[in-house]
Amino acid sequence: MTKITLAKGLNMGLRKAMEDDPKVLIMGEDVGKLGGVFRITDGLQKDFGEDRVIDSPLAESGILGTAVGLAMRGYRPVCEIQFDGFVYPAYDQIVSQVAKIHFRTRGFVKMPIVVRIPFGGGIGAVEHHSESPEAQFAHTPGLKVVACSNPVDGYWMIQQAIAADDPVIFLEPKRQYHADKAELDESVSPAPLFTSRVVRQGTDVTLLSYGPMVKTCLKAAEAAAGEGRSVEVIDLRTLSPLDMGPVFDSVRRTGRAVVAHEAHVNLGMGSEIASRVTEQCFYSLESPVLRVGGFDTPYPPSRIEEDYLPDLDRVLDAVDRTFDF
Amino acid sequence: MTQTSSGPGSGPGFGPDLVEVFGPSQQDGGPELIQLLTPEGERVHHPEFDMDFSEEELRGFYRDMVLTRRIDTEATALQRHGELGIWAQLLGQEAAQIGAGRALRPQDYVFPTYREHGVAYCKGVDPLSLLGLFRGVDQGSWNPDDNNFGLYTIVIGAQCLHATGYAMGMQRDGVVGTGDPDRDAAVIAHFGDGASSQGDVNEAFIFAASYNAPVVFFCQNNQWAISEPIERQTRIPLYQRALGFGFPGVRVDGNDVLASYAVTKAALQRARDGQGPTFVEAYTYRMGAHTTTDDPTRYRLSDDVEHWKLKDPIARLEVYLRRNGLVDDDFISGVQEEAKQLGAHLREGCKALPDPQPLSMFDHVYAEMTDELAAQRDGFAEYLDSFEGARS
Repeated sequence: MTKITLAKGLNMGLRKAMEDDPKVLIMGEDVGKLGGVFRITDGLQKDFGEDRVIDSPLAESGILGTAVGLAMRGYRPVCEIQFDGFVYPAYDQIVSQVAKIHFRTRGFVKMPIVVRIPFGGGIGAVEHHSESPEAQFAHTPGLKVVACSNPVDGYWMIQQAIAADDPVIFLEPKRQYHADKAELDESVSPAPLFTSRVVRQGTDVTLLSYGPMVKTCLKAAEAAAGEGRSVEVIDLRTLSPLDMGPVFDSVRRTGRAVVAHEAHVNLGMGSEIASRVTEQCFYSLESPVLRVGGFDTPYPPSRIEEDYLPDLDRVLDAVDRTFDF
Repeated sequence: MTQTSSGPGSGPGFGPDLVEVFGPSQQDGGPELIQLLTPEGERVHHPEFDMDFSEEELRGFYRDMVLTRRIDTEATALQRHGELGIWAQLLGQEAAQIGAGRALRPQDYVFPTYREHGVAYCKGVDPLSLLGLFRGVDQGSWNPDDNNFGLYTIVIGAQCLHATGYAMGMQRDGVVGTGDPDRDAAVIAHFGDGASSQGDVNEAFIFAASYNAPVVFFCQNNQWAISEPIERQTRIPLYQRALGFGFPGVRVDGNDVLASYAVTKAALQRARDGQGPTFVEAYTYRMGAHTTTDDPTRYRLSDDVEHWKLKDPIARLEVYLRRNGLVDDDFISGVQEEAKQLGAHLREGCKALPDPQPLSMFDHVYAEMTDELAAQRDGFAEYLDSFEGARS
């Protein structure tokens, strides 16, 4: 067994996927010799060659648009978008082409494209480097959207996303890339890709999150436990489709739910989740489903990003408020 | 509206005068226009692109263009009768499309706009299946891989990147530059003068040049992007843009099927041989409206249309064929009869196209259906069934 970081897990997962299927290609800016600005593709071009690990011109729409053609030719492109805020030049290709071609062709043409996006803040970056655009993609039929939160999931989920026949927006919490190490046991078979998971059991309130906020939520649950409050934490993992079964089960037991994400609260994932929980668990709820997230402002200058990002205290504050009703 | 009428100039220290480099604006394509058949039906020769055509080929071009025009006029009429919601006419662009379409080999792949009815016909797509999109019963009903003809693309220029990516795939599959004529393949990307302003088209040029991808960028410059004239898209002849991207560009008479064929054939061969992309500007004119919902009398002069009528692609070939005794009245009326039958096929077939079932909208959203979408579909089915006299 080896201890790996999220960056290492993703790198190993990509390598495994490329070994398993010669049709898997990596495309993006600086993914070759440099190994990507976060080094996620480190060493892959050296081992798989320039035809399979493709340094692209600096044009995101071009990356996704050519990926569509490669997918039509039978390839499985894995596109790296360098930073979340740079995905918008490719937005048209993703939303109007990648998401719709399988539907438009009535299933004749599949789009097994993975769009890897390092997302979220907390790394002290300049503008456009800390955004959380997941709701925009989750709102687009035809796309599937997942977010990994830890090294082991990174290793498995990237392989599962590449193997999927649908386009997958693959969100990677960039501030976790090199943060924590976890033990990878390759003999343990992974959970299916489009499933959520209870990562801490509790009885008083259900705390829902994904990506970078899972760690914050686990810390919050730990802190709450010290105050005698039992918090169940669920890592949603998949944002489209949502796997609500474990969420409903949990909320029916706890009667309370809080959704936490870095993205803006307004029309964010939390809104959809709150709505579904309300529809399905109405008679079990002791309080409204509360949302904690970034404020409805553009991502602020990094010196005040810790005020923008929901932290342990804001999550705990929301947890507390569910007991005020 | 402010617009300078002079050509793009330059000052001291900023290089040569651009009018000197690119020449003055030429209404009829200028001296660079590659032509093998004049508007008067005279066969002329070109130092680089001249080629011999068999009588069979020449008659074939004529037949193809007449049938393609019939597809277009029939579909236009179907729209007028309320059978199609809209139709994008190709009237006047038959030569460019048949020339380009016939230059393709079976292994080549086409990425069309929504106006490539003639190219679709050349690739063996049943013209009837083109109508579904415009009738609103589907979003393109053919399997792209059946005829190597992609679905019509409505977002302007997006397909140029798909074409480039597909060509990159061909490179990886080892079907470029092997010297085997049955193996080597190329891609052709169709787009128009309006699309030349799109970022995706320019990015496609950059990617194709950077990777030396086997793709021909075939631009039908029909002078109009709905109401906007070519001058709104470019200050230099479009084909000249290619040089700046690092590959050759040529301007061909898009109303001359022989030249359109010869130039496209040569460009495709360059691509198949591994020599990279080519920009072909087929200089033509949109004789009809942008689509059946457009009214070109609001923005262009009938004098211009009359001017281009004299360059009609079918008429000039017919003059040439008759003058040289390559066709007789029987042949011409035979083609007319075929066109009539094609028209009937489209009329009857169009009206018989079934409306899709409401629940079919849930099919194919994903290759692997999600539980939540399946639940939504089932809920809608239940709702439909709740009405008295429902299907089931």
